[in-house]
Amino acid sequence: MTEPLLSVRGLTVEFPTRHGILTAVEDITLDIMPGEVLGMVGESGAGKSMTGNAIIGLIEPPGRIARGEIWLKGRRIDNLPPEEMRAIRGRRIGMIFQDPLTSLNPLFRISDQLVETIRTQLPMSQDAARKRAIQLLDDVGIPDAARRIDDYPHQFSGGMRQRVVIALALCAEPDLVIADEPTTALDVSVQAQIIDVMKQLCAERGAAILLVTHDMGVIAETADRVAVMYAGRIAEIGPVRDVIKNARHPYTEGLMGAIPRLGENLERLQQIPGAMPRLSAIPKGCAFNPRCPKVLDRCRSHRPALSPTEPGRQVACWLYDGVTEA
Amino acid sequence: MLAFIIRRLAQSVLVMLFVALIAFVIFRYVGDPITSMVGVETRLEDQEIMRDRLGLNDPVVVQFARFIGNALQGEFGISYRLQQPVTELILSRLPATLELAVASALIALVFGVVLGVFTALRPKSFLTAGIMAASLVGVSLPTFLIGIGLIYVFAVELGWLPSFGRGEVVDLGWWRTGLLTESGLKSLILPAITLSLFQLTLIMRLVRAEMLEVLRTEYIRFARARGLSQRAINFGHALKNTMVPVITITGLQLGSVIAFAIVTETVFQWPGVGSLFITSVQVVDVPVMAAYLMFIALVFVLINLIVDILYYVVDPRLRVDGGAGN
Ligand SMILES: Nc1ncnc2c1ncn2[C@@H]1O[C@H](COP(=O)(O)OP(=O)(O)OP(=O)(O)O)[C@@H](O)[C@H]1O
Ligand code: SF4
Ligand SMILES: [Mg+2]
Repeated sequence: MTEPLLSVRGLTVEFPTRHGILTAVEDITLDIMPGEVLGMVGESGAGKSMTGNAIIGLIEPPGRIARGEIWLKGRRIDNLPPEEMRAIRGRRIGMIFQDPLTSLNPLFRISDQLVETIRTQLPMSQDAARKRAIQLLDDVGIPDAARRIDDYPHQFSGGMRQRVVIALALCAEPDLVIADEPTTALDVSVQAQIIDVMKQLCAERGAAILLVTHDMGVIAETADRVAVMYAGRIAEIGPVRDVIKNARHPYTEGLMGAIPRLGENLERLQQIPGAMPRLSAIPKGCAFNPRCPKVLDRCRSHRPALSPTEPGRQVACWLYDGVTEA
Repeated sequence: MLAFIIRRLAQSVLVMLFVALIAFVIFRYVGDPITSMVGVETRLEDQEIMRDRLGLNDPVVVQFARFIGNALQGEFGISYRLQQPVTELILSRLPATLELAVASALIALVFGVVLGVFTALRPKSFLTAGIMAASLVGVSLPTFLIGIGLIYVFAVELGWLPSFGRGEVVDLGWWRTGLLTESGLKSLILPAITLSLFQLTLIMRLVRAEMLEVLRTEYIRFARARGLSQRAINFGHALKNTMVPVITITGLQLGSVIAFAIVTETVFQWPGVGSLFITSVQVVDVPVMAAYLMFIALVFVLINLIVDILYYVVDPRLRVDGGAGN
């Protein structure tokens, strides 16, 4: 078995507040293999963005990683000094944010932002960096890149802007790209194109993707494996095909009740009654128990741990307790 | 661009017309121009003849038109008190006020930006707490108190700097400057600091608030995610975005610096336009008052216009050229 590119072990992110400590993300354990696409789904507030931010080392204070470890290519990165972590950002791990409208500095030309990023990451002359920038824009499918490169962000449409953002994230050919809802802010008509461009470019460069999205359709078409998040924890993780066809966790089952076609939004199709609890009011036992149709007695008092049910598959649910022992 | 400037020019003309109307009303109806000019001893018939000759019996509209016609030629009549053309008076006092205003605006801008950036980047430092507390004092103390305090410490107690006047001036023909002599420069220090303090605290607080705001934006987060250095982010990206609104406000403040110079000029007996205005008010020298009003309005309108154009140059989003091609 090859070594995972990224390995997250027991990651816990906390926010100290006036009313005590909130745990936004708890005990996340997952691996991403080189070149693999790991999808991540879950309702709003489930901790998806927080997980991505923790991996790239950009949690806003006062939030902090309270427990757990993050390893990249066999090197522990969650406790690096700021300057060393900065050297990893952009170079080893790239990030694509949700809204291309706000991800680009409006006062700088696209060329300035690209060249600046390239030269920060790679030893290159101004001219060489500019050539590379044009090539990148061409790769992400911006027509007439050599001419458009000196435009300002507001001169591009939303979809084109997100292509620029992808080009920026891929400047230094990172090993891992974290894409946090890369199409949510875009027009439905261009969402599929953006996902395609991103997936294709990452595949060409051998980069793995952590793809956060609300859109099960995107996961189904793009990801190799999927992690389902609920209330800051992983409810279920496994190969996309298996999870979709044969959901184990009752929450996943609810999500898969109807798989929307590409572009349709998960929230609209929400079939599980009730809402995810706020961080300050996560129920005792299994966090899903007030909404769970299959709830057992011990679900209300004891929290199920994420445990393997079959090879490559893990579920945090009492229904599958003992499956492994059996 | 041209349409934009023409539109702004038209607005400026409207504003000036409105102010001219107010100035005209003051000029014409505060006190009786004839009595003010010739004194009460002149015979009533003679006064009536003068009234006719000066056109004071014409319809108001005609008088207003004449007032504007004269104003356009820089004609505001003769000062009752000094028996000199008002325009000449103001022009002779203008260099003193402008040198004071520009010096304090520079002090306010430089220190305001530096302190604002510092306090935004080091929000938890003790120095920041100290600067913020001092700035509260700065905005709440009245200008004349600060002026008197500075005079007391640096002129009376320490004897380092002169307490009043402009020092020796050099006549350049069209401009009498105090910047070329040692006594002139020394005399400038205290009034310039006094006049700058209020604007300085204002600019500092504005820069700090803007910078904190900018540092929270997505494009700064994205810049971090791309691994740009702290310096490039703070002083390349964030500062430029911070400066856009700061330019506007600071530019507009220059207008109020000239207007507020009245108090400082009075405290330091600075021979500028402001002190000319104060003495004119004391003796109801109406032509000077009316002309001063027009002058201050013109300053504001011109500065507004320049700031708008600058803003337009700095912020590419406001430019319409280039087009939003996709
Ligand atoms: N600064 C903060 N202080 C306290 N709690 C926070 C803070 N930022 C985020 N949280 C909480 O952390 C939890 C996880 O948030 P996160 O942004 O990771 O959710 P998400 O799964 O990405 O949701 P979405 O789909 O809406 O993006 C949320 O419950 C949120 O309220
Ligand atoms: S542990 Fe219990 S409550 Fe939680 S999902 Fe499984 S069955 Fe439902
Ligand atoms: Mg999110």
